[in-house]
Amino acid sequence: MPSDVFAADPFLPDLYRVGKVRRELADAVTLELEPQSGPRPDFRPGQFNMLYAFGVGEVAISMSASARLGTGFVHTVRNAGAVSGALARLEPGATLGVRGPFGTGWPVVKAEGRDVLIVAGGLGLAPLRPAIQDVLAHRERYGRVTILVGCRSPHDILYQHDLEEWRQRLDVTVEVTVDHAGTDWHGDVGFVTTLIPRSPFDPDKTVAMVCGPEVMMRFAASALLKAGVPASEIHLSMERNMKCAIGLCGHCQFGPTFVCKDGPVFPLDRISGLLAVQEI
Amino acid sequence: MQDIRPDTSHVVIDAHGLQCLIDALSQDGRRVVGPTVRDEAIVYDDIAGLGSLPRGWTDRQEAGRYALERREDEACFGYVVGPHSWKKFLFPPVETLWKARREDDGTMAVSRPERPADRFAFIGVRACEIEAIAIQDRVFEQGPYTDTAYAARRSDAFIVAVNCGQAGGTCFCVSMETGPRATHGFDLALTEMIEGAEHRFLVEIGSEEGRSVMAQVPHVRADEARIGAASAIVERTAAQMGRHLDTDGLKELLQGNLEHPRWDDVADRCLTCANCTMVCPTCFCSTVEDHSDLANREAERVRKWDSCFTMDFSYIHGGSVRASTASRYRQWMTHKLANWIDQFGTSGCVGCGRCITWCPVGIDLTQEAAAIRATPGEGRS
Ligand code: SF4
Ligand code: SF4
Ligand code: FES
Repeated sequence: MPSDVFAADPFLPDLYRVGKVRRELADAVTLELEPQSGPRPDFRPGQFNMLYAFGVGEVAISMSASARLGTGFVHTVRNAGAVSGALARLEPGATLGVRGPFGTGWPVVKAEGRDVLIVAGGLGLAPLRPAIQDVLAHRERYGRVTILVGCRSPHDILYQHDLEEWRQRLDVTVEVTVDHAGTDWHGDVGFVTTLIPRSPFDPDKTVAMVCGPEVMMRFAASALLKAGVPASEIHLSMERNMKCAIGLCGHCQFGPTFVCKDGPVFPLDRISGLLAVQEI
Repeated sequence: MQDIRPDTSHVVIDAHGLQCLIDALSQDGRRVVGPTVRDEAIVYDDIAGLGSLPRGWTDRQEAGRYALERREDEACFGYVVGPHSWKKFLFPPVETLWKARREDDGTMAVSRPERPADRFAFIGVRACEIEAIAIQDRVFEQGPYTDTAYAARRSDAFIVAVNCGQAGGTCFCVSMETGPRATHGFDLALTEMIEGAEHRFLVEIGSEEGRSVMAQVPHVRADEARIGAASAIVERTAAQMGRHLDTDGLKELLQGNLEHPRWDDVADRCLTCANCTMVCPTCFCSTVEDHSDLANREAERVRKWDSCFTMDFSYIHGGSVRASTASRYRQWMTHKLANWIDQFGTSGCVGCGRCITWCPVGIDLTQEAAAIRATPGEGRS
C-alpha cells in the first residue's frame, strides 16, 4: 500500500495488528497495537488516534500509554457505540486501521520544575496515564505530584494496579473517590473536585491536567481557580464529535476552535468563555 | 468600485464566440459545466454549448422565494445565482474516500479508488462564487492537512467568470466586498452587453491559459468605450443590492452575544431543514459512512455533505451537544459570520443570498444579525 500517492492522503489509515487485549472494566478493554509496516510514529501524551474497525467506522481514542513504553500504540476503549463496540470485541491478531497521532498534548515538559496535579474523572484517566508515566519517568524534574481520581463506583476504577503501584511510591499522592459505594469500600465517597482543596500543591507553581466528562471538568476548573491556580496553568481535554481529525469535516467545532487540531488539550484561559455556555 | 482597466487585456466576442470558447475548452479535454434550466431553477451541470445556457431567462429572488421569468432579451447570464454552487464539483456531495478488503486470515488492505480525472471548465462563475472557492481552498488546502482529491480537482479547474449585470433580491456581495465584479481568481471574465440586436461579451483575460484559449476564439480588440460601458453595467449592479449586512465589529458582536434572546426567537421559526447549509457555497461540513458487503470482505468509506443543523452532527456518547434549535442556528450563524474569521482569516459568508432565498420560512441572516446589533448584550430570558 505505501506509495507516494497515498502517503499524502490524510484520510488513508495505516494498518495495525492487535497484540495483547486486557479487560479493564465490564465495558472497557485495553488494546495493544503493533504497526504492520514501518515504525509507529512518535506521539505526545494527550494526543489521539482515529481507530477504524473494518466496515463499521472510525472513532477518536486517546493513547493510554506513553510512547516511551513500547513500539506500538496502547488504547483503552469503552464499548459505547457501534464502532467502539466493534473495537472492544477485537481479538489478538486482528487488523485495524489507525490514523494519527492528532491534536495537542498535555504540557508535560512545560510542567518541569512545578507541582503537577492530575484530576481524572472515570475513563478520563486513560488519556492522562501517558502524562503520569512520563512525569514519573523523570520524577526528579517535578515538584509535588498528585493524582486525584473520581469514579462512579468501585467497579469503575480504571488501571487499579497502576494506581496501586503509584500509591506505593513515597513521592506521589494518589487519592481515589467514588460517587456511590457499598460497605466494602473504605475509601472516599464524593465528587473528585472535593479532593482538590485538601491536596498538597502550591497554586502559584502548579500545572493541572484535567480529563473527564465535561460537567466534571467544569467543576474541577472552578475548584482549581478557587484554589488559586491560574487559568493558563489549568489544562482540559475536550471532547466533541469527530469525523476526520484533520480539520476538514467541521464536526468538532467548539466555538472558534477545532477540537481535533487546536485541542483536544486546551489551557483553560483559551476556552473558559466557551465552557460557561450551554450547547456550544 | 474599480474600473475595468484598459491596460489589461480585453477583447470582445459575440455569441458565436462564446460557443467557440466552450468548444475549445471541451476539445482540450475539459468537462465543461455551466448554468442550465432544470426543474424551474437555474442549476449548474454539463453543458454542450449556447443551447444549454438559460438564454432569455432571469430569476426573481426574495426571502424564501425563487422564480424564473422570461427576459425581454436573449441574455445568456441574465440571472443571479441558483440553488447550486461550484462546490458540488470541487467538493462532491458524495465521494468514496477509500476501499478496504479483508482476507481470510483477518488481515486487511486499503486502497484509494481510481478517481475520475475531471479537468473542469466552469462557465459563468460570479465574483462572490470565486470568493467562495477561495474560501474553500483555505479550508481544504491550507490547514495542516490537505484534501488531496479536492486539491487535484481545484488546480485543474479553468474559470470563466461573469460580472453580474443585475443584482438579486437577496444579494449583498457589496457588504461582503466580494462582488459584483470579478477582480481576480479567473482565467477569463465576461461582461455580457446587449444593445438592440447587438449581443457581445467583453472578455478580460486573467491568465496565460486564458490567453491561449482565447487565441482559438474569434474576437476583436476592445476599445475604451466598450470597457467603460462594461464598467458602468457592473456599477449599476452594485447599486442594486437587495440586502445589506453591517460587518463592522460583527465577529465581536456575535461572539459576545451567545446568550442573546434572538437565538430563541429565530429557533421558533427555523425548521432545522439544513437547506441553508446545503446551498451555501462555503459550507464544508461532511460526515462519513462506512459500508461493507454481506460477506464482510469489502468495505468502503464514503464522505457526504453534512449540516450543523442535524441532531447527529454533535452527537457524543449519550446525546447531542447541540440539542436545541437555538444552539444549532447559533452554531451556523456564529460560524459563518464570526468564528470563521478566527479559523481561516476571512468571513465564511460571501453575500450570495442563497441561504435567504432557499430557506423555506425565509429566515434572513442579515436581519438576524441586525436584530442582535439593535439590542446587544441582552441576556437570555
Ligand atoms: S451564508 Fe448565505 S449569503 Fe453567505 S455565502 Fe452562505 S449561502 Fe451565501
Ligand atoms: S435557517 Fe432556514 S434553511 Fe436554514 S435550517 Fe433553518 S429553516 Fe432550514
Ligand atoms: S474532527 Fe473533522 S474538523 Fe475536527
